[in-house]
Parts: sequence; structure tokens; C-alpha cells
Amino acid sequence: MTASGTALYLDGVSVTFDGFKAINELSLVLRPGEMRAIIGPNGAGKTTMMDIITGKTRPDRGQVIFDGEVDLTRLDETDIARLGIGRKFQKPTVFETHSVEDNILLALAGKRGVFATLGARLSGDEARRVDRILRLIRLDGRRKEIAGALSHGQKQWLEIGMLLAQNPKVLLVDEPAAGMTDAETMETADLLKEIAGEHTVVVVEHDMEFVRALGVKVTVLHEGSVLAEGSIDHVSADQRVIDVYLGR
Amino acid sequence: MSSLPKSRPMLLASLDRRSWTFLATLLAAGIIVPVANLAVEPGHAAHLPSYAVALMGKYLTYALLALSVDLIWGYCGILSLGHGAFFALGGYAMGMHLMREIGPRGVYADPVLPDFMVFLNWKELPWFWWGFDMFWFACLMVLLVPGLLAFVFGWFAFRSRVTGVYLSIITQAMTYALMLAFFRNDMGFGGNNGLTDFKDVLGFDLQSDTTRAGLFVFSALALAAGYVVCRVITTSRAGKVLIAVRDAESRTRFLGYRVEHYKLFVFVVSAMMAGLAGALYVPQVGIINPGEFSPANSIEIVIWVAVGGRGTLIGAAVGALTINGLKTVFTSVAPNEWLFALGGIFILVTLFMPRGILGEWDVLKARHAAEKRERIATGLRRMRAAAAEGAHLTSAVEAAE
Ligand SMILES: Nc1ncnc2c1ncn2[C@@H]1O[C@H](COP(=O)(O)OP(=O)(O)O)[C@@H](O)[C@H]1O
Ligand SMILES: [Mg+2]
Repeated sequence: MTASGTALYLDGVSVTFDGFKAINELSLVLRPGEMRAIIGPNGAGKTTMMDIITGKTRPDRGQVIFDGEVDLTRLDETDIARLGIGRKFQKPTVFETHSVEDNILLALAGKRGVFATLGARLSGDEARRVDRILRLIRLDGRRKEIAGALSHGQKQWLEIGMLLAQNPKVLLVDEPAAGMTDAETMETADLLKEIAGEHTVVVVEHDMEFVRALGVKVTVLHEGSVLAEGSIDHVSADQRVIDVYLGR
Repeated sequence: MSSLPKSRPMLLASLDRRSWTFLATLLAAGIIVPVANLAVEPGHAAHLPSYAVALMGKYLTYALLALSVDLIWGYCGILSLGHGAFFALGGYAMGMHLMREIGPRGVYADPVLPDFMVFLNWKELPWFWWGFDMFWFACLMVLLVPGLLAFVFGWFAFRSRVTGVYLSIITQAMTYALMLAFFRNDMGFGGNNGLTDFKDVLGFDLQSDTTRAGLFVFSALALAAGYVVCRVITTSRAGKVLIAVRDAESRTRFLGYRVEHYKLFVFVVSAMMAGLAGALYVPQVGIINPGEFSPANSIEIVIWVAVGGRGTLIGAAVGALTINGLKTVFTSVAPNEWLFALGGIFILVTLFMPRGILGEWDVLKARHAAEKRERIATGLRRMRAAAAEGAHLTSAVEAAE
């Protein structure tokens, strides 16, 4: 298997923290436009994997390739974000003192340089994009409020909205349904399904109902490597998966 | 989105009502103070003595310095504990010009060399003093030298992602190292004594009342200009990015912003503002010496900002003026206890007014506005209820008729 034609290609990736192997010979391949769910017990290395892809953590070993050709291990967070990889953090991270609409505005794809933003004016096109995303994430009515005033679930949605505004090729979404009610969880699954297709999406989630609702290929991570891969029914029937994850 | 004005020019759009009040106050001070000093006869109740003009001029340069610190600390989370260094460098650049202006009027009457160089038996002017006989060159250096130092320092610090306490500590180390360097006689900046005994600037006698009034006016103008620059930056989209960096730095990176560039930009602008403040300070106090680099000075600036209200700009100026006003009053009564008083003020403000003077004022105002809205809403509800009652009665009467 080679990296060509893939959206994201990880091969033999390992990373060690103070002697502890958080990621161990991990390999993962995503086709363009594919949506993939990643499950696994706490500490399996799901977040660390996203850190590696987005340049926050350097792997000790292995290949991380974007778009079939770009070596991500040589780039930093800013470069990787500009290439078109966006991420939502496990703990919702929004700009608390900015208004909801300014959070989206700052995420909106566009020029990022100091002097470009210093002279930037809100264009009609930008205003329309902000409006559209705010409606999509159902925060239209609270656009003027500061993001810090939102509930946990709303912050999750705002952060997903920021991802959409960025319009990346690959979206990495870490536990988007954490702290949500059942109804909100299902709405989030619908939202992510809407996004898929145009984008390549990786979703990390614990909630099995949520993963089932996504209806996509599932990768089970355990102790930093892939334990099983396949449909949700396939992996939940796997004895090793039941032992390390589902059975507990 | 209506909150983001599209049509007005950036400069005007950046100034809110409070900005105009602040600028108008500065303008008024820039007119009233010189008039009260120069046009009102001494002995008259409205006469302002010359020492007061110089004192207030000095305060205005401190206010500009505080503004420069608030720009980086309040809006980008960079807590510099070494901003006194940029102030002092701007001051030295101006001091060097004023030294060259003395010319043959020095004690040793050397047409080129300042007295301290003659005293050290130097035969010619060191290269880094070249050009300072020209006012415009000195003015350029007032901005360029602090700006360049901030650029080099920031380049390394921000690229290696030094943040928080570590950054604060190395800024302290920077100003401390500069202080030690400037104390040395062979550095060529007058050592211990610094630069002093200035005579005039652009031909105007520094001791004359009109020159002092002029320097006061320029200090007010510089503060106004510095304020407008800060407003334009902080209200622009780049300003939103700065606040984003302050609140969630790594989130900003993951959105594709080059955080270190934003920090570097704002740090350099801030250093230049501090340099300008120093350049206006020196002719008004008549001396610049290595003591201006002392780490305690830089810490004091941060206290001004904290007291006035971090992240409010005007608060920084208010804090600088308030604390220095208190300092002047206090030191005339109990000169040795001032540092204890300053420490006390800082602790009290931190405990009881954590947002500073302007920040707390804003909270009070917001609460007041909320109460007012509430009262209006209750009033409306009562009126509606009364109207419904009235309509009900009317129809009852009509029915009875
Ligand atoms: N920066 C770090 N330093 C040390 N250990 C880390 C670091 N990041 C993650 N780890 C460890 O790596 C393991 C995997 O963590 P993580 O990727 O967050 O798991 P998951 O997201 O699957 O719950 C955990 O044991 C965690 O403690
Ligand atoms: Mg995790």
C-alpha cells in the first residue's frame, strides 16, 4: 500500500512519552471523502493520534502523509492547518471572550497574515458564510453573545461550526458528543453526516449509539495500535474488542 | 452582520464614544495647561506653576508607556516585565541628540565631544554617536532602536514559544542586562551619571516656560496618537486574532494563524511607543541614566496598568496618571514609605478591584443598564396589564349599557 491517492496515510507511527508507548506502530489509511469513526478505551491514543496528524506532537517513527504526498511530520500546526486539516479538541476550545459570530469569523477560510487581517473588512460574502454556518449549528439567535456564555454542548457545536468555516479537506473531530443529551448527540451525528462527502472526516467517539448512527467504517484503537477495523457490527462481534473495550 | 461596520473608514470606526471623550480631554489639557501657565499672571488663582507643567508632561509620557504595555499584555497576554528598557532606549536616543546640541557650551568646551568623553580622555566620537547631531536622525533612532531590539528579542522568544512566566522573566533579565551595560563607563553613554546638562532642543531653551509648555503639548499629542494606533490595531480583525491568542493560543494556531508573527508585530509596535514615551520624558526631566533600566521600573508600569484596568487602553493611562499623582502627593509627606504604599495599593486593587478602575466601572455600568432594562420591562408589563384591565372594564360597561 502506498500513500498515493489517499487523503490521510499513517504507517508504522510510534510515539513514546517518558518511556510509555502512547502510539505503537499505528497504521491508518483514509480515502478522500471518507468518514471514519475511531473508538477505543480511554488512553488508547486517539487524541495523541490527532496531535500527531496536526503537528502538535512529533512522532518518533513512521510516516504521516496528507493528500498522498505531503509529509506532515516536517510541518508545524499553522502549516498543517493551512494545508487544510482542521480539528475539534476533546475539551471544547472556543475563544471565550469573543462573540459567537466573531469565533466563526476568525475561523473563516481566508487570508491569515498580520497585515492582511489588520486591514480586513467584512465582505458581503463573508457575512453570508457566517450567517449560513450560524444557522447550521443553530446558534443564530445567540450570535452576539460571548462564547463563554454558551453551554457545554453549544460550545461543541460552535467549535464544529468553526471547523466548517475553516473549510478544511480533512476534519478531525475528537469526542464531539461528550456532555450532550441523547437528542443533541443524534443531531450532532446528523450534522457530521451532512459534512461528510465533501470532506474527509475522522470522528473519535465513545458513544456506541452515536457511532452506529454515523454508519461508517470503524477503527478500534487499543494501546496505541489498531485492534480491529470494519463495520460497527463486525467490530462489536470481535472477541478481542469485547475483551478490551465493550466487555468492560 | 451589523456589529461590524462596513462603510466607515477604519480610523473613525475604531473610535467609540469613550475614545472621543479621552481624546477631547487630552486636547483640553493640551490647551488649558499651557494657557494657565503662560497667559495667566503668577499669583492669580488660575496660574499653573512651571514645575507643575513639567510634572504633568512627565506623567503623560508615563501614560503612553502604560498604554504600550496594555497593548501587549491586555490584548495579547504578553506580560513584559522589561518595558522600561524600551522607554530608556528611546530616552537615550533623545538624550544623545540633546548632548550633541550642547556643542561647545559644555564645561570642557569641546565642539564635538560631550563632557563625559573629554573626561574619559576620548579623542573622537564613537561610531554609534554619529548622526545624533541631526534631530530627525535621533527621532528615527527613538523608534528604530527599541523596535529593533523588540524584533530580535521577540523573534527568538516567540519562535521558541516562550510564554507566560518564562517570558516575563527573560524580559526582566533583558532590562537588567542593559542596566549593567549602561552603567559601564566604556559603553560610551555616560556610565553612572547618564546624560544630562542639556541646554536646548531645536534651538529652544529647555529651561524656558514656553519650551516646557510645548513639550507638554507634544506629550499630550503623542499619547493621543499612541491611543489611536492602539485602537486601530485592537478593533481590527488582527486585534481579534490577538485576543484569540491571549485566550486560546493553540486554538489560534490550529486555525492556521501564525501566532508568533502576531506577537512579534504587536511587541515591536509597543516597544516603539515606549521608546517615543522615553524620548519625550528625557527633555522634560533633564536627565537619562541607567537607573531607568532598573527592573523595578518595569514592574511599576505593570502595576499602573493593573490598577487602571488591563485591556481597556484608557485604563492604562488612567492608572499611570493616578498612581503617579498619588506618588507625588505621598512622597512629599512621607518620602520613604512610598514603596510600601504602592505595594499596598497593588494588593488592595488585586483583591477588591481585580478588573482595575476602568474594568470595574464597566461592570457597574453594565449592571446599571441591566437594572434599567429590567425596570422598563416591569413597567411595560404593568401598563399592559392595566390596559387589559381597562379594556375589560370598558366592554363590561358597554355590555351593561
Ligand atoms: N503530552 C503527553 N505527555 C505524556 N503522556 C501523554 C501525553 N499525551 C498523552 N499522553 C498519554 O498517552 C496515552 C494516550 O492518551 P490519549 O491519546 O489522550 O488517549 P485517548 O484520547 O484515546 O483517551 C495516555 O496514557 C496519556 O496519559
Ligand atoms: Mg482523548
